[in-house]
Amino acid sequence: MEIIFANTLLAAALIFGICGAGTAIAFGLLGGKLIESSARQPELAPRLQVQFFLVAGFVDVISIIGVGMAMYFIFVQPFSV
Amino acid sequence: MAERAAETTTETAQAAYATGGEYVQHHLGFLTYGKYPDGHWGIAHTTEDAAAMGFWSINLDTMGISLVLGVLFVWFFAKVCRGATSGVPSGVQNFVEIMVEFVQNSVKTSFTGKSDFVAPLALTVFCWILLMNLMDLIPVDIIPLAAQLIAGNEHLYFKAVPTTDVNITIGLSMGVFLLILYYSFKNKGVGGFFGEFAFQPFGVWLMPVNLIMEVPAFLAKPVSLALRLFGNLFAGEVIFLVIGLLGYWQFLLHFPWAVFHLLIIPLQAYLFMMLTIVYLNQACQHH
Repeated sequence: MEIIFANTLLAAALIFGICGAGTAIAFGLLGGKLIESSARQPELAPRLQVQFFLVAGFVDVISIIGVGMAMYFIFVQPFSV
Repeated sequence: MAERAAETTTETAQAAYATGGEYVQHHLGFLTYGKYPDGHWGIAHTTEDAAAMGFWSINLDTMGISLVLGVLFVWFFAKVCRGATSGVPSGVQNFVEIMVEFVQNSVKTSFTGKSDFVAPLALTVFCWILLMNLMDLIPVDIIPLAAQLIAGNEHLYFKAVPTTDVNITIGLSMGVFLLILYYSFKNKGVGGFFGEFAFQPFGVWLMPVNLIMEVPAFLAKPVSLALRLFGNLFAGEVIFLVIGLLGYWQFLLHFPWAVFHLLIIPLQAYLFMMLTIVYLNQACQHH
């Protein structure tokens, strides 16, 4: 029982960490490019922002699903029989 | 001595966790009505009951709240539109005009085909999901406690935020998926629709590779659409619940998380709307 719970917590911690790292890299690149291109062509900034939010949604979908699953594993504990 | 102290601290931590975990678990349950394994129909009293019901069950709380919010949206917009004037607009008329124009602009920039159906669909999707998401900003205990008081049963589960129920989000995305199929068949024909899977991007001779690449990408659309909305709202809701466990410190922490969530709530509604438009645009394009 305890070992299952401990392993679940470890797995959840790994999910959180790796998801966070991946999304952080992606958002760093994405935000950097947004600022760069807005600086090059300020008149395109509003349209670029729309695209930015769209891509932001694509970027964070897997990690947010992972975080949701991790939360589910921690609080609902489907593995503890 | 030190060992014993460590033991007691772990014990108290576990005890605190057990109650905290129960609190969170209780708030993640649904008011499920369904068919018990022994054949009679009724409301589930525990999560085990709800799990045992399997397919023949319905979550009354999320269905009820989402339907009420949908009716509220339609009623409010219809009422304002009937009373719309070309003179100086009132506050609510301004609000409705802003919403409609915002959605109209999004459809104009992203949907290249011609359809009278996409803009109203996008408006409905956006406003309905926004309303359902906004339920998340109501303090987590108020609606469940009110439901328990009204029903007179203190073990009643009641979920206030419909989009933290995966059934609702998958239902929404299935609706969008059926529309994608309908528009694909209507605009491309059966041959054109299956040809997109078989002959792109590598040509006829690499058909298996094309199929392996394109079919999962197509089937992933509704799944990712549903799970994105669900995951964001579910994670946010659980973090509200965890903050709610902190005693008086929660008032300090609820505020910044609610502010952050104010960004997530319209963003997710907007993303669902935009992706609906983009997918339908792909379905309507000729090649």
